[in-house]
Amino acid sequence: MAFFDRLRRKKQDTKIQPVEELVCEESLLEEAIVPAVDLSGPEETICEPVDAMASEPFDEDSMSGQDEADEEDDQQVEGKKGFFSRLKLGLTKTRKNIGEKITNLVKSNRKLDDEFWEELEEILIEADVGVNTSLELVKSVRDNARRQKMNESSQVMALIQEEVRKLLDSSGDLSLRSADDKLTVILVVGVNGAGKTTSIAKMAYRFKNYDQKVIIAAADTFRAAAIDQLQIWADRVGVELIKHQEGSDPGAVVYDAINAARARKADILIIDTAGRLQNKNNLMKEISKIRKVIEKEIPGAPHEVLLVLDACTGQNAISQARLFEEATGVTGIILTKLDGTAKGGIVLAIARELEMPVKLVGIGEKMNDLRDFDPAAFAAALFDEEE
Amino acid sequence: MAFEGLSDRLQDVFRKLRGKGKITEDDVKIAMREVRLALLEADVNFKVVKDFISRVSERAVGQEVLQSLTPGQQIVKIVYDEMALLMGGAESKLNLTSRTPVVFMAVGLQGAGKTTTVAKLGKNLIKQGRRPVLVACDVYRPAAIKQLQVLGEQTGIPVFAMGQGNPVDIAKASIEYARSNNRDIVILDTAGRLHINEELMDELKNVKAAVNPDEILLIVDAMTGQDAVNVAENFNKDLTLTGVILTKLDGDTRGGAALSVKAVTGCPIKMVGMGEKLDALEVFYPERMASRILGMGDVLSLVEKAQANFDEKKAKEMERKIRQQEFTLEDFLEQMQQVRSMGPLQDLLGMIPGLGKQLKGMQGEFDEKEIIWVEAIIQSMTREERRNPALINGSRKKRIAKGSGTRVQDVNRLLKQFEESRKLMKQFADMGHKKGKKGGMGPLKFPF
Ligand SMILES: Nc1nc2c(ncn2[C@@H]2O[C@H](COP(=O)(O)OP(=O)(O)O)[C@@H](O)[C@H]2O)c(=O)[nH]1
Ligand SMILES: [Mg+2]
Repeated sequence: MAFFDRLRRKKQDTKIQPVEELVCEESLLEEAIVPAVDLSGPEETICEPVDAMASEPFDEDSMSGQDEADEEDDQQVEGKKGFFSRLKLGLTKTRKNIGEKITNLVKSNRKLDDEFWEELEEILIEADVGVNTSLELVKSVRDNARRQKMNESSQVMALIQEEVRKLLDSSGDLSLRSADDKLTVILVVGVNGAGKTTSIAKMAYRFKNYDQKVIIAAADTFRAAAIDQLQIWADRVGVELIKHQEGSDPGAVVYDAINAARARKADILIIDTAGRLQNKNNLMKEISKIRKVIEKEIPGAPHEVLLVLDACTGQNAISQARLFEEATGVTGIILTKLDGTAKGGIVLAIARELEMPVKLVGIGEKMNDLRDFDPAAFAAALFDEEE
Repeated sequence: MAFEGLSDRLQDVFRKLRGKGKITEDDVKIAMREVRLALLEADVNFKVVKDFISRVSERAVGQEVLQSLTPGQQIVKIVYDEMALLMGGAESKLNLTSRTPVVFMAVGLQGAGKTTTVAKLGKNLIKQGRRPVLVACDVYRPAAIKQLQVLGEQTGIPVFAMGQGNPVDIAKASIEYARSNNRDIVILDTAGRLHINEELMDELKNVKAAVNPDEILLIVDAMTGQDAVNVAENFNKDLTLTGVILTKLDGDTRGGAALSVKAVTGCPIKMVGMGEKLDALEVFYPERMASRILGMGDVLSLVEKAQANFDEKKAKEMERKIRQQEFTLEDFLEQMQQVRSMGPLQDLLGMIPGLGKQLKGMQGEFDEKEIIWVEAIIQSMTREERRNPALINGSRKKRIAKGSGTRVQDVNRLLKQFEESRKLMKQFADMGHKKGKKGGMGPLKFPF
């Protein structure tokens, strides 16, 4: 299956070593840095500094990791613009007001003093990376920089981006898994309003462009008009929707959808589910049950369980990832709403703690606003601000 | 429960502080570092944390504090004051002006929970004797109008819609509709949008200009991270918000967005969404929330709940008993039954000072089902035993266990629990009494 193969990436082994405690929190807290313990692991994990990575314009096509097919939509108004440039473009100039500090940090050739490292930590924390992960990342980069006798901030920026990229790359296979020659089942889960339904429409649209026969199942039978919402998308994309009445049993919808998908010899079945907060035990049990229905019908399925995560989400995303993983065996994340000002840094913490890879990103409300996740572009965008 | 994680962290810090007789500037510094980390991990915005810490530190290292008899308590008090201030002090009511119709407008990012909140607001206002109409100004998201219509049906509130028309026209027409159909409050549901999308922000400005809302409410997902302040700042800049409604607070978020948004916009959080059900919308009480976060318990909410379910005279009597240590197993049982009629036990216990944290370890011991065996055990005791548990020796325990179909261990556990609660309750009662004398809250009436 070309589509899936294309996405396949080599799994990286290098990874930031976990730090047990907050050994390095001092710099954040405006105190002298303790001479560092070496936490960065063996020498070969140190990456080559990439010169000017932070200031040079990116090659949009290579950064976006997208394909022409994505662009052929008549709704497309932005023209040929990649993931990264869309992120950077940020829709309007308003965005410029936010965080000009970051640009200074990258551009000016700063001395690598305590203040510099602190600012770096702040950038990460403000991107929702979380305290522990931020401190750890900066510490590890700081040690590396010292060992390599770096003294320019641009080199360090490249180094930290590389570190971020590696962490994201090493959290698992970034490509979507599929069944060999059979029906591939994708189960989509997440909290309320994360962007599940929209992401499903986007995926369906994309698969369809790869000549895959797609069927969608409306297993969100709870939220008012959720089925209508999905029906409108199914019509727009031009795929079949299997649905029951609002309020009916989602397990039964899934069961029917699997049989319909088989009967119609579909390649891919995507299942929408009702949004639920991860601390609601009964609702989490319900979604485990949905997974079991799929497992029982098709051994080896679901092939993907995608957790949809709003890029705006703060540290609670870790709890989301953990509890949805327990209930449904999440295989990857779709990070939505990256077209806003939120950076989605929480996926770094998730990568570190749970090794759950981000596979796709949403960058708008239209059906072609879905991209493969590109760790390098993401890392750059974490530190990038508008020109 | 939301805020729980933050609450746990802060209470750990405070326990350490309280335990010290003498506190140095260094102690304060260490404590503030921990408070800082706790707040950051709870998603309070970075800049807000900075300001907060510097304000608290400044007050805490003052001479009067450090040299007072109870420096630890004083510092906790400072944190509490600043926290309550950060969250907005006293509660703020929705602005129900005398004009007809009153106009509310809900705005926010995609997926924040606007449509559901609009329906909840409507339901809430009906309870207050109002006659709302919900207006479908989200003309973009597929089936958004339908969603509002379904919710309107569920709540019995009319929904005004004009298909995928221009939101400004829809808003204007809805006012006319309200006038001619005797609806006294119009609630506009608008499409979710990014705060940086100028075109769509302009649309909201135009709606605002056309209908001049009495409330422009920003709907914010309580799980939002650091970006909450950017969003709130931008919406506020363009629309001059009048208030914030936090949604999904029934999750396990640490809720830092709540603390940040008020701080950067000055807009009060007026209501909070506590569940998917359409009556799960509550007034937000910043002071109570602050005390809950700091482990001081949401005493006021508890008292209110208790009062709503409780006989005044009995309560007074109970309070006296608690204070004088006359509280018996009989009372214990009666209270338990009363509490059970007030709602989920976990929720109530979480509001009790000091218990929120302890609750974790007790979870197994304190679920609803176990009340049933507590009942059984107490009912198998004689009157004498219930009044004077000290009487209960080994052979009596065996008899009670047999009579209630439990084991001797269970009886022991219950007796231990009872002893502990008795101590705990005495503390609360005394505390409430003291505060009452100061004229703060009046005597506390604990229903157990
Ligand atoms: N700006 C933006 N909005 C999105 C994105 N993905 C989804 N949305 C919007 O978020 C809202 C909630 O999405 P929906 O798919 O209904 O979420 P669900 O409740 O998880 O199914 C809708 O208004 C979507 O248009 C995205 O990547 N960017
Ligand atoms: Mg949905």
